[in-house]
Amino acid sequence: MIQLNANHLIYLLEAARWTLLLSLIAFVGGSVVGLALALMRVSRIAVVRGAASGYIQLIQGTPLLIILFLSYFGLGIMGYKLVPIVAAGLSLTLYAAAFLGEIWRGCIEAVPRTQWEASDCLGLNRFQQYAYVILPQSVKLAIPPTVGFMVQIVKNTSLASVIGFVELSRAGQIVNNSTFEPFVIFTIVAAIYFALCYPLSLAARALERRSHAGR
Amino acid sequence: MPAVEGTSEAPREAIIQIRDVVKEFGSLRVLDGVGFDVARGQVTAIVGRSGSGKSTLLRCIAGLETVQAGTITVCGHPVGRPGSAARAQLRRDVGMVFQSYNLFPHLTVERNITLALTLVKKQPREAANAKAAEVLALVGLTDKRLAYPEQLSGGQQQRVAIARSLALSPQVMLFDEVTSALDPELTAEVLAVMEDLARRGMTMITVTHEMGFARRVADLVVFMHQGKVWESGPTDELFAKPKTAEFSQFVSSEL
Repeated sequence: MIQLNANHLIYLLEAARWTLLLSLIAFVGGSVVGLALALMRVSRIAVVRGAASGYIQLIQGTPLLIILFLSYFGLGIMGYKLVPIVAAGLSLTLYAAAFLGEIWRGCIEAVPRTQWEASDCLGLNRFQQYAYVILPQSVKLAIPPTVGFMVQIVKNTSLASVIGFVELSRAGQIVNNSTFEPFVIFTIVAAIYFALCYPLSLAARALERRSHAGR
Repeated sequence: MPAVEGTSEAPREAIIQIRDVVKEFGSLRVLDGVGFDVARGQVTAIVGRSGSGKSTLLRCIAGLETVQAGTITVCGHPVGRPGSAARAQLRRDVGMVFQSYNLFPHLTVERNITLALTLVKKQPREAANAKAAEVLALVGLTDKRLAYPEQLSGGQQQRVAIARSLALSPQVMLFDEVTSALDPELTAEVLAVMEDLARRGMTMITVTHEMGFARRVADLVVFMHQGKVWESGPTDELFAKPKTAEFSQFVSSEL
């Protein structure tokens, strides 16, 4: 058995960079797809609304773990062998998009109908209404729940460990296998997760305050 | 062309023509064959009890509701469907002011006014700002240019909303119970702005509960009851000699 030492700590921190990268991929990818889904959900065309709604219900009704299995093992069997980071990034993107899409749809619909009417009466077209009147108001409403969900994403990246992707949780397991000090090691892992998530919460609070003052 | 003297006043052009308009919400018939004309420069007050269809009529003229039957023509153009050329023309011709002001809360007073000028009328920012200053002076709020809506009183917000519409130089202004959300003091300042507009010759249709204002400012009063134009005519005549029991009852209840 090997004594827990500084190298282990460095190993964990390096693995945390992968957690961070995977979170970033999930958030950026999820945002792009999620915004599209949110706009589809409020479309005036029923088929478009239905497609987005179907996707969201499908993904929200499936455990992230199963999505990971499907994209790594499932696609692998079918001949599309993805490396773990790609499979994990893809799964988390699909997953985050469904939730962000639904969160943001709510934020778009929370802007009063009368804002649409007033901007319509001023002659703005639908694109201009979204870009200048509706979405800027939605963004303010969206900040707290979005950051809350980002924290969920960071923590959910730990599931990628099951497909052999060495991020923070998997690294913790590996270190534990050689040192067998689970309490210490997983406390350290938890502390690193906290260090990643807490600044997000702080930033959200600061943004909320700023947007409130700017109104 | 030489000026022609001695001719009597030319017949005034009907700037708005409303013919046999029917509007239903589900099985509820809110407008049941409504029709009247509004001449250029005329101030029309639509009055009536809650549920008589007066606000719905105004929203139909503004194109916010689609009618099931009948026609509404503004400045010679039909109201049209959203996205049509006729609708775009309607937006240039008609300004609308709402009961709940509906200013954009995330934008300054100035940007509320210039938004459509820059986006729809494609004016450069400086010209739009100059126009904003002009209309803000008109409603007496020059010093609130950089304020946000929530920093203003209800009356001030409503005056900004009027200024925002005026900036687009509409032919007709529609007012939908614009003082109903205000207390009496603030009501007066908004009505003063509207009276001023009327004096400047703006064609106006106003749905209102302010009978004093209607009597003082309106040229034409339209009394609506059960989705119909129950009674209409020149203000003085109508108030002096109500033709229907419903209108005389309504007038006495509102005083």
